[in-house]
Amino acid sequence: MSKGSPISPSLLATKSTGATKAPERADRTADNAAVVADLAAASPVLGPNNVVPPTVMTGSQAIVRSLEELGVDDIFGLPGGAILPTYDPLMASTMNHVLVRHEQGAGHAAQGYAMVTGRVGVCIATSGPGATNLVTAIMDAHMDSVPLVAITGQVSSGVIGTDAFQEADIVGITMPITKHSFLVTDPNDIPHVMAEAFHLASTGRPGPVLVDVAKDAQVGQMTFSWPPKIDLPGYRPVTRGHNKQVREAAKLIAASTKPVLYVGGGVVKAHASAELLALAEATGAPVVTTLMAKGVFPDSHPQHVGMPGMHGSVSAVTALQQADLLITLGARFDDRVTGVLKTFAPMAKVIHADIDPAEISKNRTADVPIVGSVKEIIPELTDAVHAQFGSTGTPDLTTWWAFLNNLKETYPLGWTEPDDGLTAPQKVIERIGALTGPEGVYVAGVGQHQMWAAQFIKYERPHAWLNSGGAGTMGYAVPAAMGAKVGEPDRVVWAIDGDGCFQMTNQELATCAINNIPIKVAVINNSSLGMVRQWQTLFYEGRYSNTDLNTGHDTVRIPDFVKLGEAYGCASFRCERDEDIDATIQKALEINDRPVVIDFVVSPNSMVWPMVPAGVSNDQIQVARNMTPEWEEED
Amino acid sequence: MSRHTLSVLVEDKPGVLTRVASLFARRAFNINSLAVGPTEVPGISRMTVVVDADGDLIEQVTKQLNKLINVIKIVELTSESSVQRDHILVKVRADAATRLQVTQAADLFRAAVVDVSTDSLVIEATGTPEKLAALLSVLEPFGIREIVQSGTLAVGRGSRSMSDRALRSA
Repeated sequence: MSKGSPISPSLLATKSTGATKAPERADRTADNAAVVADLAAASPVLGPNNVVPPTVMTGSQAIVRSLEELGVDDIFGLPGGAILPTYDPLMASTMNHVLVRHEQGAGHAAQGYAMVTGRVGVCIATSGPGATNLVTAIMDAHMDSVPLVAITGQVSSGVIGTDAFQEADIVGITMPITKHSFLVTDPNDIPHVMAEAFHLASTGRPGPVLVDVAKDAQVGQMTFSWPPKIDLPGYRPVTRGHNKQVREAAKLIAASTKPVLYVGGGVVKAHASAELLALAEATGAPVVTTLMAKGVFPDSHPQHVGMPGMHGSVSAVTALQQADLLITLGARFDDRVTGVLKTFAPMAKVIHADIDPAEISKNRTADVPIVGSVKEIIPELTDAVHAQFGSTGTPDLTTWWAFLNNLKETYPLGWTEPDDGLTAPQKVIERIGALTGPEGVYVAGVGQHQMWAAQFIKYERPHAWLNSGGAGTMGYAVPAAMGAKVGEPDRVVWAIDGDGCFQMTNQELATCAINNIPIKVAVINNSSLGMVRQWQTLFYEGRYSNTDLNTGHDTVRIPDFVKLGEAYGCASFRCERDEDIDATIQKALEINDRPVVIDFVVSPNSMVWPMVPAGVSNDQIQVARNMTPEWEEED
Repeated sequence: MSRHTLSVLVEDKPGVLTRVASLFARRAFNINSLAVGPTEVPGISRMTVVVDADGDLIEQVTKQLNKLINVIKIVELTSESSVQRDHILVKVRADAATRLQVTQAADLFRAAVVDVSTDSLVIEATGTPEKLAALLSVLEPFGIREIVQSGTLAVGRGSRSMSDRALRSA
């Protein structure tokens, strides 16, 4: 590995003697507008993007200045030795830096920020353990295609490879879980690396990009100019779908009597919900939205048949199983959706539109692959569908809809009251959604409460539902909600968390309280690692190995979540009775000057239904324990 | 499983070999051989990767490789449309009694003797994996002390240049 080149003597010669002041920002002129527009075409994430003539400054100043020119407003991070030089000019910047209590919190906060705003989330950590604490969040962003730039300090280039204090090969560690990564040892590389990092993170299939900056590159002098040249000869994401393929897709749609629009998180990332609505209404086809796509198509729309997958609704799962055509948009045939792959949607032909060619035919072979952005493909497909229907007629979906509507009515999502007389967790979550409404933002941890939050809150708009889908990261909710609230301060942001998840990252309540980030945390406290417990109930004869957390009814309640919330400066309540649920939620909704923590003590016996047990076909979906729907024979 | 030869143009950046190798490891793709070196274009390296995979998997290998930012272009070279060669150095026992037989065997394969000592020879040979295997089986009875073999190198037949086209489109 090259260790980069030392600062050139010619540059050292130009080093200014006095304090290097941030240069005056050049005004935009007609002359430089073209340059700016050039970069604008290359990257949608743009800030002031001033044209800056060559100016001598330190690498650290260049990092901060690059972030400013890239339009960054908010950063989440925690300083340490190897990133210390960069925190100095950061103090003078107008950018808002949120000091977290653990770097994982910075990573998830940047994710939450990116998910609600559609902009690149930025997090900063120091070398070694600071950087490795970001790993979980980076991996989470990788699995869920979240645009994230992680900046880490690295030990000086001269001691890289010597097991120096707080040295970790973070580029190597994160290689499999980043879209790309950079190690910067020459300060002159900083502007173009930063611009490239943002470009990579935000275009094509979004994802996390790591920029690891050696301490001597931060301290060293360099010549800054903006905009830098982005040089990525191997990166050319295709955004425009192939016309012929789009027409082929329209033909399949016109020939289908049992089509389903299988919609994934890619449609959220592409901001294509309006386009999706037009396509859905043009085709008249049922729509299923995956866990990552909740809200991109309104739950209340009559064509919405639910969420597919392991805990999907009977109507959504069955729609896919019985379909003769899947119109797959920004989804990736994840195993949690397909169940046993070879039994998934056995009769269906597959149209697969995705910006990542590697997703197409990875798990399920596509009959009509379309590589490109769904933002561009969906409107073209809608036009092609109109044209095709005009010439070959609109397919009759009456029978298909009669079948699906019957399933929707017969097997609606619901729950039974727990046998122990304690509150049903589903009821708490349903009431939070009902009293807060579709304009709120709901951020879940991972486990039962996540599934219930996906099932029982009604999502009517994209970017309202955040969760850790692919990675399944417990502890995502509190920091991600914090990031979401920073990104959209005017919205009510709920972290719907479990008692297990909450104990992994609740230190960020301090960050929220001190920085006036008034999120609301609903701890759905069933006193256990609920989803694991559910599997133990179902598949391990009720042997509850290491799932009891002792935070609920008739336990020692360690920790006491109300006291914990109060210790962190949050308004904190406990709700243990059904009749108090609404009043407690209302009280939380009225508090906006500090974070709120509510300990909703609920039954540990509630389970997530429906469920497709692992390792079986989606046809084996159970609506309750050992209860399979009665399939209506098709005519 | 069939054998595929991929020519991969990459930016000559730190860690690019690691990126390619770790991609193969984590996606459980099986590398048969890998050779890396500079090209006629400064800053661009070329990897020749020989992979054992069936049809669907080789498509996935290519797509995943293409996702690596430092990978500029990938071409699959078939045995008909390309020249493919491995390089081998073999240390064989050869004393005064057997030296002539060993050098004659080497001559038959157009291999060169590049080092001689009282009881051994080092033979250098270039060829397809099949030819080199045949050479080794002929040398085997004399006693093979050491084998060093390169990954396969491959270049397309005809006048067209892979890097020319790649850099024009870049």
